[in-house]
Amino acid sequence: MMVPMVTGTEVVFWICAVLAILGAVGLITFSKPVYSALCLALVMVSLAVIYASLGAPFLMAVQIIVYTGAILMLFLFVIMLVGVDTHDSFTETLKGHRVAAGLAGVGVLTLLTLAVTQVVLGSPAGLDAANAGGNVEGLASLIFSRYVIAFECTAALLITAAVAAMVLAYPEKVKKKIGQVERAAQRLEAFTKSGQHPGPKPSSGVFARHNSIATPALLPDGTVAEESVSRILADRVAIASAEDLWAPHDEILAAIESEEDDIFELEEAKEETEAEVSEGVPTRQDTPINEDDQDKDDSKDQDKEEKDND
Amino acid sequence: MTSLYLILAVILFSIGLIGFLIRRNALVVFMCVELMLNACNLLFVAFSNHHGILDGQMAAFFVMVVAAAEVVIGLSIIVMITRTRRSTSVDAGTVLKG
Repeated sequence: MMVPMVTGTEVVFWICAVLAILGAVGLITFSKPVYSALCLALVMVSLAVIYASLGAPFLMAVQIIVYTGAILMLFLFVIMLVGVDTHDSFTETLKGHRVAAGLAGVGVLTLLTLAVTQVVLGSPAGLDAANAGGNVEGLASLIFSRYVIAFECTAALLITAAVAAMVLAYPEKVKKKIGQVERAAQRLEAFTKSGQHPGPKPSSGVFARHNSIATPALLPDGTVAEESVSRILADRVAIASAEDLWAPHDEILAAIESEEDDIFELEEAKEETEAEVSEGVPTRQDTPINEDDQDKDDSKDQDKEEKDND
Repeated sequence: MTSLYLILAVILFSIGLIGFLIRRNALVVFMCVELMLNACNLLFVAFSNHHGILDGQMAAFFVMVVAAAEVVIGLSIIVMITRTRRSTSVDAGTVLKG
């Protein structure tokens, strides 16, 4: 019984090759740029898996982190920046352009495939010997010996690219920046011309039950101060009305007034019971000290009256 | 086995080339360039495996570094053009048209 010999590398290749080609076709056929970017992510992750099967674990990590993680996310950022809804128009600006482009692509594909299949390569040597001391260690010894000048050049390249991106993407200021002094001068000018209030606007209302920015401040006459809430909230009618703000106040006032009568009744009843209980027992009011005081006061008053009479 | 990787790289490169020629959105055109760079990287890694030396992986690593720098510059240029032309289409830049 003959079982065809299939290595793990071949299985990985066939799965990832199909995924990569599907992703590449999706990249050029979807009209939304976001879908194209996600298809490109599929291609890159498939290639990363192929790298891992080809004895390049470091490049697999770099492919996922740098390409899929950094470069593609940068693409997505820019897509969001320029507008995610921009559809690509498939109308031809040059006549016969797409047919010609497709023919050129197929021609290149045919030529390269013919060239590649003409080469007799033999069986691959494999990287087991080269990766014996570790793939990362092998690459590191190459970077810092044979390719050290190229490596330093990439450092300069990356610095230049970062500075250039900042210079290019920074928007030029069309107007001069307005500072605090200019702003104050503008306010006073508006005050002298149109009588506009130069000070800050009133803050929002702070009440026992509400203190959100949707709560307007109340003027002394009970109406809403229009400027104390944001105009956007006022337009959406998301702010509390003056009646809402007054309602709990009126409720509590009414509740207190109805309870006050009960409290007076309670106090009268209490005094009566106390008087019954305290018969014969001296209370605080009946203490002799108080009586003396009262007597003194009375005598003083009498003295005063006598003097007045004089 | 190595020629299969070469054919896959050739197919990916050709698809990237066709997309580069057909699409009008500058961002998608740029993504197609990235696809072509990735196809070349696959060639480097496949040949590194074929010859049993790590120099091919080194080359792929440098391609990735240069691609990162290229993407940063290219995307900032696209953002700048979008800000002035209000479009990401490659047909929008027609100021120098005679």
